[in-house]
Amino acid sequence: MPIFRFVVQFRQSDPRSGGYLKDALALGFNDLRRIECQDLYFIEGQLSQDDLQQLALELLTNPVTQTAEYSIFETRPAAIENSNIVEVALRPGVTDPVAHEIVRAARELGFEGVHRAATGLRFLLEFDPPAADTRLSASPSALAEKLARQLLANNVIQHWAIGEITPSFPEEAASVGSVEILPVRQITDNQLLDLSTDRRAALDLAEMQAIQAYFRAEGRDPTDIEFETLAQTWSEHCTHKTFKARVAISNSAIGNYQSQTTNYPPEVNSIIKTYLKSATDTIAVPWVRSAFVDNAGIIDFDDEFEISFKVETHNHPSAIEPFGGANTGVGGVIRDVLGVSAKPIAATDVLCFGPQDLDPNSLPEGVLHPRRIQSGVVAGIQDYGNKIGVPTVNGAILYDEGFTANPLVFCGCVGIAPKGKHHKNPQPGDRVIVLGGRTGRDGLRGATFSSMMMDAQTGEVSGASVQIGDPITEKGLIDVITRARDLGLYHDITDCGAGGLSSAAGEMASKIGADIELQRVRLKYPGLAPWEIWLSEAQERMVLAVPPGNIPALQELCDTFDTELTDIGRFTGFGRLVVRYGGEVVLDLQNEFLHEGIPQRQLKAIIANSRNDTRNSNIESSNIAVRNTLITILSSPNTASKAATIRLYDHEVQGGTAVKPLVGIAADAPSDAAALKPVGTKGVRGIVLSNGINPGYGKRDAYKMAWAVVDEAIRNAVAVGADPERIALLDNFCWGDPKRPETMGTLVEAARGCHDAAVHFRTPFISGKDSLNNEYLGADGQRHAIPPTLLISAIGIIEDVNQAVTMDLKAAGNLVYLVGSQLPLANYQSVPDVPPTAPATYRALHNAIRSGLVESCHDLSEGGLAVAAAEMCIGGRLGMEIGLGVVATSVAGIAGETAEAATTALFAETNGCLLAEVAPDAAVEFEKRFTGLPLTKIGLVTTEPVLKIAGAEIPIAEIIMAFTGNIR
Amino acid sequence: MKPTAIILQAYGTNRDLDVAEALTLAGADPVFAPLNELRAGRKRLSDFQMLIVPGGFSYADALGAGKLLALDLASYFADEIAAFVASGKPVIGICNGFQALVKAGILPGGNWELVNGNSPATLTFNQQGHFECRWVTLQPISQKCVWTQGLDESISCPIAHGEGNFQANHQLLITNLVSNDQIALTYTYPDGSPADGAYPANPNGSMLDIAGICNPAGNVLGLMPHPENHIHPWQHPLHTRGERGGSGLALFENGVKYAAQV
Repeated sequence: MPIFRFVVQFRQSDPRSGGYLKDALALGFNDLRRIECQDLYFIEGQLSQDDLQQLALELLTNPVTQTAEYSIFETRPAAIENSNIVEVALRPGVTDPVAHEIVRAARELGFEGVHRAATGLRFLLEFDPPAADTRLSASPSALAEKLARQLLANNVIQHWAIGEITPSFPEEAASVGSVEILPVRQITDNQLLDLSTDRRAALDLAEMQAIQAYFRAEGRDPTDIEFETLAQTWSEHCTHKTFKARVAISNSAIGNYQSQTTNYPPEVNSIIKTYLKSATDTIAVPWVRSAFVDNAGIIDFDDEFEISFKVETHNHPSAIEPFGGANTGVGGVIRDVLGVSAKPIAATDVLCFGPQDLDPNSLPEGVLHPRRIQSGVVAGIQDYGNKIGVPTVNGAILYDEGFTANPLVFCGCVGIAPKGKHHKNPQPGDRVIVLGGRTGRDGLRGATFSSMMMDAQTGEVSGASVQIGDPITEKGLIDVITRARDLGLYHDITDCGAGGLSSAAGEMASKIGADIELQRVRLKYPGLAPWEIWLSEAQERMVLAVPPGNIPALQELCDTFDTELTDIGRFTGFGRLVVRYGGEVVLDLQNEFLHEGIPQRQLKAIIANSRNDTRNSNIESSNIAVRNTLITILSSPNTASKAATIRLYDHEVQGGTAVKPLVGIAADAPSDAAALKPVGTKGVRGIVLSNGINPGYGKRDAYKMAWAVVDEAIRNAVAVGADPERIALLDNFCWGDPKRPETMGTLVEAARGCHDAAVHFRTPFISGKDSLNNEYLGADGQRHAIPPTLLISAIGIIEDVNQAVTMDLKAAGNLVYLVGSQLPLANYQSVPDVPPTAPATYRALHNAIRSGLVESCHDLSEGGLAVAAAEMCIGGRLGMEIGLGVVATSVAGIAGETAEAATTALFAETNGCLLAEVAPDAAVEFEKRFTGLPLTKIGLVTTEPVLKIAGAEIPIAEIIMAFTGNIR
Repeated sequence: MKPTAIILQAYGTNRDLDVAEALTLAGADPVFAPLNELRAGRKRLSDFQMLIVPGGFSYADALGAGKLLALDLASYFADEIAAFVASGKPVIGICNGFQALVKAGILPGGNWELVNGNSPATLTFNQQGHFECRWVTLQPISQKCVWTQGLDESISCPIAHGEGNFQANHQLLITNLVSNDQIALTYTYPDGSPADGAYPANPNGSMLDIAGICNPAGNVLGLMPHPENHIHPWQHPLHTRGERGGSGLALFENGVKYAAQV
């Protein structure tokens, strides 16, 4: 059948072109003068000239802005010499929703002859000097090749050509029934380990031996699908074996460790039980409805509704294919919330990247440039969140060289559901129903892939682990599932995440058993083996346990919202997981072994000394130094405005956003937290979302870091008006290789810090997740590990969203208070402690907010008091005059308000502190709330737009310029 | 009797609940209608007094925002929609709904010949080259448009789009929009002075700061911004600074009031 090629271009420049040029220049392509980007469409079918003309004009172009050319496509030699044209197309098997829509819409228009379609991009490059210079005639295509590799195409999902590209089309779906038997009963330990490596199973010897013993007892060898199912179910990603391990503790041989090792037993039996669940059990508040057991943690919202929250990481996929990695990260965590039968109402995203100005030549082999990772990740989040209609309301972006090869992408989602409607109770006889997208080879072994260290080959070998999401299909799942929930159509629900059907159906069947026929699973394209169908991590799928009588009602919902329903088997009550292919049993495992048979890991942890920051951060105390330091911090990547990214995310959809990520008169100041009033709820109650993260502290003292980030998350939430007695926490640990005892030591330390801080603040943990082995083995043979990074996400309740407080200064003449005390600093380099008075201080502050006594409030974090004050000035376009007096004296431990003491107090990073703006006539009432607690009046809001601080006078315009750059 | 409003739900619509809440507050009785239910004949447009095409990402913006939804409207519901428009009942398309109404040739309407099945006007990529979410200030202009007539006060509300740049391929069309009083809403600075194309007051580069247009009869309004996301005081970005808020509601109240009379 003939294939036709369409090139669609803008009459004026394509709006995407500018972004590509900017990225190319940043990557060092200084000879590039222009990139012009065009769309390619390939349509296979029996089509007349008239048909082609009509398709081009009516379907593929916008005639006001675009023109199209078309021709019959002929396979030509891939590369055309000296061409300045790069063409890019998707690899076979990568989701291409546009191609799918072209076929559907062409038929809707009456072009029945359209058979298949594919899409691509075409880039016209102009280099300087012009290609006409014969001495340089070879260089343009060499440059084009380099640009294709570094920017225009990602080998993991795309292929590219200089000149014209040959597209690949999706093919008719059919699977192949080949099942391999893996002889494990008679092989040696070394051969067991080889098998684990060959199949990228990431299982250790004890685990492989357990599998061997099981099959010896069964008197047979496993099939490939059985082995893969065990590898997935027992993966770090799915079973958290490090967090459940038995850990032998020893302390560092050198130095003393502040006697903290005395807090340890010689052995910690399961970090998660000892430190995280136990904190929640100790706190024992009645409003926690579900902690650590379901896809997401659940707390009460009001009498009618409950809210759920989950934060996931998608680090490894985002490292090799940033757009798809982050895209499916958002899609995955939204499904977690759907998995507790809740409607997703907000998304959060915390991102850690390498420095954006990193020299491209210094990158380890196989590592994408941090700039490219950031733009891909942000685009991936934007694409999924905006399209599915969930507002992205809170987040952070951090930069550190430690994240160059291992970016961190934390995706969170909040959901809401009526109480008592979520069930996890499948019954024998219920059907195993798959809803949503079709199954392809995408995402194979993602669970085990995410549990391994990466190397230069990872991108190529694990390419299949990464996928592109399809948010509109998932939107259909939201529509169907929330309605099916209200109608009570199902007994259990789980999302297909890592491990695919194996994980979802396996988990649901773990108590009663199931019998599943893989030939019923709908496929995207042919050639999948049974184990691939079973393990595929294709996105946008949910598994439900549905009583047979409810299937017609569910089918009707699915038809209304264009969602596919597939019945793949039944729950049995026999206690075994049985999977068939064409009737023949290919997997038959005892539930107990599958879910409980994994041997507990034995690990060693060495608790090391805390380390001081070795950077020289002594600040001179001159006026000029104060000014320069403030400007430098405000304009540094970690502190500077993230508005350019925040504005790419829809933070308004669903109409619930009461405190937005950007606040103040010009909406360019950073909010401490987001507040939401979920649509459909009665009254004025709202949800507050915030986070705390500090990898800089993680490098120095993991225990104190945990305290600091728990405090930061709570402090941020309280600042906008959350009730400190109604805050729940989520933990996300991103660490290096836990088999290294020093790394395990910091992990144990951080977990212990989480416990102690959570109990101190009475803020229970309701869910958590770990991402380990965030290490990269460079071609140089060096291991690149990330700094120990703990993200704490907080979800709280605000009684009345109308009483929310933002951080922008409100009126000249108001007073400014330092709430909380900056503890005396031994030096700049140690990680600060959390003051014991912090919980009482937050309660007092909340009490004052509830009484309407607080005009604005902002927490002290990176850059300390000076940066907090400067940001409040930006928000209100007002000035502030600060006298540090007694504060400086106590912080620096120096008598009198010396310049040195003031400078120290200004920039010291401390915990437990906020600035609050209070009207003069409310001052007495405000101060009363803090009787016996640290509170210091330190300043005044001024009309004159100048920040006067420690002798320096800094115009607000200069502060705005430093913070926002040229971004409006 | 409250006027009934039918809210179309396409594959990828996502601000359907938002606009339903605005209509309810404005005194209407909204009903959701997935396109598949309409196609199956389970609901009929003519049974309703208002027609709403809400925001979202129908068909994931494949081949241009609103393009494939426009194709659906033209392929399956052309006669029904034409009859609804001709009856004079109020119709509103917001964001993706506006894009679809334009690309289906329903807006700007009038005697403009369709170019290859496409409208002579379009909503193309924002001048900034990317999606953007920010609050804007709108001035209601048209006294012919049933949604904006009589509104004096400016409306503040968010935009959230990547393809909201209104462009036409005829200067004459623009001239006519002005002389026919079809320019319903324009972008201004917060103080009400014209944006004159300046970013970010005009957030996308639209000609004449156009944020919304109506058909020649005035009963069909299309606009890029989201007044349905500013119907409560606490939604205003400056509600913590004492701003009153809720100014998006007036537009819906106007439309509902009109629907009650038709």
